[in-house]
Amino acid sequence: MSEIAISVSGVWKSFTPGRPVLKDVNFQVQRGEMVALIGASGSGKSTLIRALGGLERIDGVGDKPAGSIEVFGALMQREGRISSAAKALRSRIGIVFQQFNLVPRLSTLRNVCLGLLGAAPRWRGSLGIFTLDERKMAMHALSRVGIAEHALKRGNQLSGGQQQRAAIARTLLQRSDILIADEPIASLDPASARRVMDILSEINRSDGVTVVVSLHQVEYALGYCPRTIALRGGEIVYDGPSSALTPDFLADLYGEESETLFLPALTAAADVARKAAPANRTAPALDAMAGAAA
Amino acid sequence: MWLMWLGVIALLVFSWGPTEMSKASLLITDWRNMAEFGSAFLQPDFRDWRIYAEQMLETVQIALWGTAIAVVIGIPFAIFSSANICPVWVVQPVRRLMDASRAINEIVFALLFVVAVGLGPLAGVLALAVHNIGIISKLFSEAVEAIDPRPVEGIRSTGATRMQEVLFGVIPQVAPLWSSYALYRFETNVRSATVLGIVGAGGIGQSLYETIRSFQYGPTASIVIIIVMTVMIIDIVSARLRKGLV
Repeated sequence: MSEIAISVSGVWKSFTPGRPVLKDVNFQVQRGEMVALIGASGSGKSTLIRALGGLERIDGVGDKPAGSIEVFGALMQREGRISSAAKALRSRIGIVFQQFNLVPRLSTLRNVCLGLLGAAPRWRGSLGIFTLDERKMAMHALSRVGIAEHALKRGNQLSGGQQQRAAIARTLLQRSDILIADEPIASLDPASARRVMDILSEINRSDGVTVVVSLHQVEYALGYCPRTIALRGGEIVYDGPSSALTPDFLADLYGEESETLFLPALTAAADVARKAAPANRTAPALDAMAGAAA
Repeated sequence: MWLMWLGVIALLVFSWGPTEMSKASLLITDWRNMAEFGSAFLQPDFRDWRIYAEQMLETVQIALWGTAIAVVIGIPFAIFSSANICPVWVVQPVRRLMDASRAINEIVFALLFVVAVGLGPLAGVLALAVHNIGIISKLFSEAVEAIDPRPVEGIRSTGATRMQEVLFGVIPQVAPLWSSYALYRFETNVRSATVLGIVGAGGIGQSLYETIRSFQYGPTASIVIIIVMTVMIIDIVSARLRKGLV
């Protein structure tokens, strides 16, 4: 059974007139997919992700229509208008940003509980009252991403990787059907980056959550996502299996720019990673990796 | 540069006549008045200090309630006048309204409230509250406009309402600065409240005014000393507290 989770059709966006950052972007994501969005900085990844979450309005260029974005068949935005259903839709989409996701002065546990705002009764959410069961759920989510022991620290006392994982825990509590991550690992060291990507792919496989993750480096796309969408200058230049993304092919797509998409020392390792058929990694292997990371 | 200085000098000359600055020499030629004043101040008369202390306490209490009301009412106005939270058609009218409440001195409000609720400290509380709503909303909304928008988007992405975005995304970020501003306004309001009594709006100002008008410079001196001591203590304590906040 396949259901369309995200449908993006003919999307344009420009911040300054005449200089579009998204040019006629079209793609669909099926429920349960894990898709990488790659591209150099300035290629439109973040804008696209913010548009998917209904945080950025899309608009037309000149007399061209702006296009539309649908989530599970319901309209998120069309022609520069955020749909009135957006609030309800947002609660089905968990977004993890590159950094600064958390409210700095609230505890990590409370930050995670805020994921319930979309679902809890409005008055109770507004007063910030969360039941014991809800707090237990939050603790479970935190332990799932491996930072349960930091639950009572303030958001800004966590390291970058821990903040990222707390933000993922928030989307778990949100019970979102789609998890969108905007460069979740760009500011992390390699070990933390792997940890975050492992958690994302675990959520994708065991909860059936559709994951769209934008990445700066191709290695991680090869290692974790069966499908890659590549953006350049606001246009989709490739949409297909990640395994086709050899360095030569990327050089074709991006020219000089392709160098910025690889960690130079890891180019060889990426080939190895691709052959390891990462999408089917076994649970014991994951546990071993989790053990090694801990 | 010299044009600016020329402008300043021109303005000063223009204002010389109307302000009767030519009579400034009276301060020196009529030095006996000043001397009488000064010698009396050297012998403060603390006979009625219990009454003055009580009135000083009332003055602080007026400032306390005035500030509290201004903060409670000022917070929603601060949110409504923050350009990063509310649309421009809300922000502009609210800001102009707040400008008006700020522009009118608390003494003027006190005169109006004395008419409305009669002589006494309540008029003073209301006068301070109304004038400070304007100030608090401006200070608070400047803090709101300087926040990091990213945690707010994090909250929005969970499907929260606008109200919840403010409660969980904005308030935690501005809480320390808001508390600091509120304390600072309390300090200022204690000073303002000492003169509200002159128009009959409660506090120590009444006694101060009466003793000066009846040439009792001894008691005047004791009142001034009590005011200075109280304001100093409140400033020191509040400065300590504020340092801990930010």
